[in-house]
Amino acid sequence: MEMVLAIGIGVFAGSGVWLLLRPRTYQVIIGLSLLSYAVNLFIFSMGRLKIGAPPILSVPGVGDPATMADPTPQALVLTAIVIGFAMTALFLVLLLAARGLTGTDHVNGRED
Amino acid sequence: MVVHSLAEHLVIVPILLPLVVGAAMLLFDERRRQLKMTLSLITVASLLAVAVLLLIGAATIQSDGDATVMVYPLGNWPAPFGIVLVVDRLSALMLVLTAVLGASTLLYSLARWHKAGPRFHTLFLLLLAGLNGAFLTGDLFNLFVFFEVLLAASYGLVLHGSGTARVKAGLHYIPVNLVASSLFLIGVAIIYGVTGTLNMADLARLVPSLNIDERALFETGAAILGVAFLIKAGMWPLCFWLPTTYAAACAPIAAMFAIMTKVGVYVILRLFLLCFGGEAGNSAGFGADWLYYGGMATIAFGGIGVLASQSMLRLAGYSVLVSSGTILAAIGTTNSAVISGALFYLITSTLSISAFFLLIELIERGRDAGADVLAVTMEAYGDGESDDEEDDDEGEVGVAIPATIALLGGAFVACTALLAGLPPLSGFIGKVAMLSALINEAGSISFSHWLLIALMMLTGFATLIAMTRTGIRTLWMPREGTIPRVRAVEAAPIGALLALCVTLTVLGGPAMRYMDATAQLLYWPQEYARDILGIAPAGTVPLRPTLGTEGKP
Repeated sequence: MEMVLAIGIGVFAGSGVWLLLRPRTYQVIIGLSLLSYAVNLFIFSMGRLKIGAPPILSVPGVGDPATMADPTPQALVLTAIVIGFAMTALFLVLLLAARGLTGTDHVNGRED
Repeated sequence: MVVHSLAEHLVIVPILLPLVVGAAMLLFDERRRQLKMTLSLITVASLLAVAVLLLIGAATIQSDGDATVMVYPLGNWPAPFGIVLVVDRLSALMLVLTAVLGASTLLYSLARWHKAGPRFHTLFLLLLAGLNGAFLTGDLFNLFVFFEVLLAASYGLVLHGSGTARVKAGLHYIPVNLVASSLFLIGVAIIYGVTGTLNMADLARLVPSLNIDERALFETGAAILGVAFLIKAGMWPLCFWLPTTYAAACAPIAAMFAIMTKVGVYVILRLFLLCFGGEAGNSAGFGADWLYYGGMATIAFGGIGVLASQSMLRLAGYSVLVSSGTILAAIGTTNSAVISGALFYLITSTLSISAFFLLIELIERGRDAGADVLAVTMEAYGDGESDDEEDDDEGEVGVAIPATIALLGGAFVACTALLAGLPPLSGFIGKVAMLSALINEAGSISFSHWLLIALMMLTGFATLIAMTRTGIRTLWMPREGTIPRVRAVEAAPIGALLALCVTLTVLGGPAMRYMDATAQLLYWPQEYARDILGIAPAGTVPLRPTLGTEGKP
């Protein structure tokens, strides 16, 4: 499972960075999205991978931490997803504005 | 120390107040400008008052000789588990600086810029909320959230007034910062994975006890995190977005952005000294060389940029780089006396750059677009106007410089002295404090320190040359355009910012004492960590923050 996750993160991050370095704004935004997927998975994996372990106490009282998943990274991921989503939306608006104002979708605002 | 009184809740006001007022303003139509203006002015004025109160609180020494660290446990959870807000000397200082810049730039924008686009006041207040939050928080992930709040607001503000130049600058500014945010998250995740905590004070406690494998991973995480902050602080080679963005933003926003790089610097100062300061065991001083040489490269790059700038806005942008480079290099020396000088320099350089950005717009008003480029080109190729000048000479004897220009010129001279670090203003004191600390260091001065001293002198000189050239070309030349009309509400903020620099000069002694104590507290963070984690000095059980006597949650 670790292998699958690691390869997944690697592929996301690799393609994200490659797209980020491309000259078209649409490629940049997709690159940013892929990069944020990679980052979100990475944060998630930092709570250690466990199968079938809920991040909450099933019975009220004191539970055994060994049978539980770490809830903190899951909360962090949730926050990061929301923020990342908002930023993508914001960048999308800018991308359209730039297309309208400069007449090109090059990141420098002119064809080179 | 947990204070149980209403005054305790003062700590959260700098975040809540602008957030709530900013959000509430969304409910009103854009046409109710008068109402929005009044609301923002009241908010910013109260922010300033609260920040000053917190500063006074943080500056008082406890009866047992300890420095005051006000801790505000959000949700009343004890520190390493819950999120805390912390006010110590440094964060209180940064809060005051934010409030001062906020008040003066808001006042300036009321003359006309706030009408240039929708939702200006909301975005501006959200920016203030984000800045205050970043300065107050004692938790790494919370820091990320506040960074995103201030960045989101800044994206909107960069584009305020619209236009192709701003959108183009935004197209670079936003992705760079989004990538920086990704790096931020990766760094935070690694640090959490290794140490299992996100609380900065807890982190400082855990770092010395890490074993060698964990240390390698922790330092990797810290380095990635550091890159994210260095992008924000504008260290070379991560700073190419900065001058263009600052030059594109409208004047009050660029002036407010003078503090944005300082947020990055602030976090580096705080985290570097907490995690890799004198008590970090084997990790002590990790990354210090990177900060030191990176800072020097930034100073050099900024200095060359200042000399090469054709427009005043870019000149100001490169001055921002010089200022962050100087502070980063000072942090890299890991000498608390140098850092205390750098703190003084941070305050005065932020104030003066902010004033300069505001001033530029007034000077540029009424000039032909592109006049700067023309002026520099004429200088380079020798200008053909010498004949005309001789003819005109007699006619111009006794022609007074218009009062507005004289006023702007006076402010320009003050900015020059501040940015170049010339006596008698406070820029000089900051520089001298750093230089004398570098020279008076025990033992002989190392070569690398000589290099820093030389660089600081040279960039000061470069700034002086560039500013003088610009000043002569813009203020002493017979004016082609009309004399700019300057309103009192625009001149007042510049006057206030410069007057603050003068005050800092006059009160240099007390101010430096405050900075010294701040640097000491930063450099030896046990007191800070102990106050936050509620661990009593005798090593007893951690105190749970108890409920207030009034039964407040």
